[in-house]
Amino acid sequence: MTQPIISLSGVTKRYPGGREALTGVSFQIEPGEFVFLTGRSGAGKSTLFRLIAAIERPSSGSVLVAGQNVGSLSARGVPFLRRNLGLVFQDQKLLFDRSVFDNVMLPLLVTGQPYRDSARRARAALDKVGLLDRERANPVALSGGEQQRLCIARAVVNRPSILIADEPTSNLDAEYADIIMGMFRSFNQVGVTVLIATHDRHSLEQGRVVALDHGRVAA
Amino acid sequence: MTAWLRHHLQSLQQTLARFAGSPFASIANMVVLGVVLALPLGGYALLANLQTYAGSLPTEPQISIFLSPSWRAEDSALEAQLRSAPGVQAVRFVPRDAALAGLKRVPGLGDVITSLRENPLPDAFVVTLGSADAETAARLEAQFRALPGISIVQVDSAWVRRIDSLLKIARTAVLMLGVLLGFALIAVTFNTIRLQILTQREEIEVSKLVGATDAYVRRPFYHEGVLLGVGGGLAALGIVQGALLLFNTDLARLGPIFGVLPVLRLVSLPDASAVLVFAGLLGWLGSYLSVSRHLLTVQPH
Repeated sequence: MTQPIISLSGVTKRYPGGREALTGVSFQIEPGEFVFLTGRSGAGKSTLFRLIAAIERPSSGSVLVAGQNVGSLSARGVPFLRRNLGLVFQDQKLLFDRSVFDNVMLPLLVTGQPYRDSARRARAALDKVGLLDRERANPVALSGGEQQRLCIARAVVNRPSILIADEPTSNLDAEYADIIMGMFRSFNQVGVTVLIATHDRHSLEQGRVVALDHGRVAA
Repeated sequence: MTAWLRHHLQSLQQTLARFAGSPFASIANMVVLGVVLALPLGGYALLANLQTYAGSLPTEPQISIFLSPSWRAEDSALEAQLRSAPGVQAVRFVPRDAALAGLKRVPGLGDVITSLRENPLPDAFVVTLGSADAETAARLEAQFRALPGISIVQVDSAWVRRIDSLLKIARTAVLMLGVLLGFALIAVTFNTIRLQILTQREEIEVSKLVGATDAYVRRPFYHEGVLLGVGGGLAALGIVQGALLLFNTDLARLGPIFGVLPVLRLVSLPDASAVLVFAGLLGWLGSYLSVSRHLLTVQPH
């Protein structure tokens, strides 16, 4: 039996003001799994995403990611946890003051890898999402779908063992959503654990579904 | 170790690129710092010049004794009295004709002297004292004044000491100015870095989300602070050296009118390096304070 790569037990997140976004959430994800986290807006998907990425800490319960307890992780430890995660944000968080290529370079430069190796890996990542010919463009010039692909390239360039995406297909048409999902699947096939938060029911054919409802795991 | 060095190089590159991206803003900042630093630095340079000038003046304590016209050179009793006074090292007699001849040699005064119908100068003794302390000089001054046939007794080293103490006060003033304006430099970098952090909010946030350590995020701002400080120091040196050179050309032009005037020495290389290092340190301190204060507010959300 392998150790789960993500493990939540009894996780509650309460925001100042008393609103409880998550209540006693427990579930586990094994390495190499492909999991959908579903639920309506406000069900707590984004909160869960932020807890796993150590952007926020649980009010109670424990969040274990790759064996590390995110709740008790020191500020120094957070960057090293995040280097092991590929994050695709709902609001994308692309930097529009630099090229597509430089956006993908950022996670590599941050870890202090040599420029040449980094450039090669950045191009490989752009190639995987089909954006290699746009590397000099500014992200502003990309279509919505291309921007989403750029986010994926940035998330996987570090070869993370876990890929987490928050509503990656929310503002794409069905056809484009399929292309994006196909990319996640291909990463999953080479062993990356994938967790996708989505309210989009139609893309859930393959993979395990964890449904959230009002901050609780629905049966 | 290599990763650490690479970080530094990358961050330095970024900072330089940022400077190059908005050259006017960066240069304006450095000029502001330069002006701020030029004040104490200029004061220091002028003081150093005054001090060497004062140092070239005779500090050996002398007492000039001007005799009344009724005194006759044949009366050697006075000289013997002067010689025997305790604390006196040497006594030199300057006859009035010799004094006049000496004045004639001073450039510009020759014509005036020859136009005089008679020699207005008195005979004089120049007494050199054995020690430089003010007490001895004062005691001897009083003692000589009481002697018959003497009109004026003048302690020549007194004004040198006065200059010396004035210089000391000026040095304190320059030091205070330097400390105050050092704070100003810290404040200016503090604010500049604060603005920089605000404009780079997004980049900082995204960098943190993709695994940047705090040190990585802070580094470019430290580099920027140091570069700002050093740039300001260079500007200050430019301003001060330029001003000194300008003064020197003026002094050279005035030379023929006033006789030999001292040439101002420029800020020396060791002093200049010290200024740059110091300015860099202050810039670093300003950015350190700013980063510690403001970077905490930039967190991914």
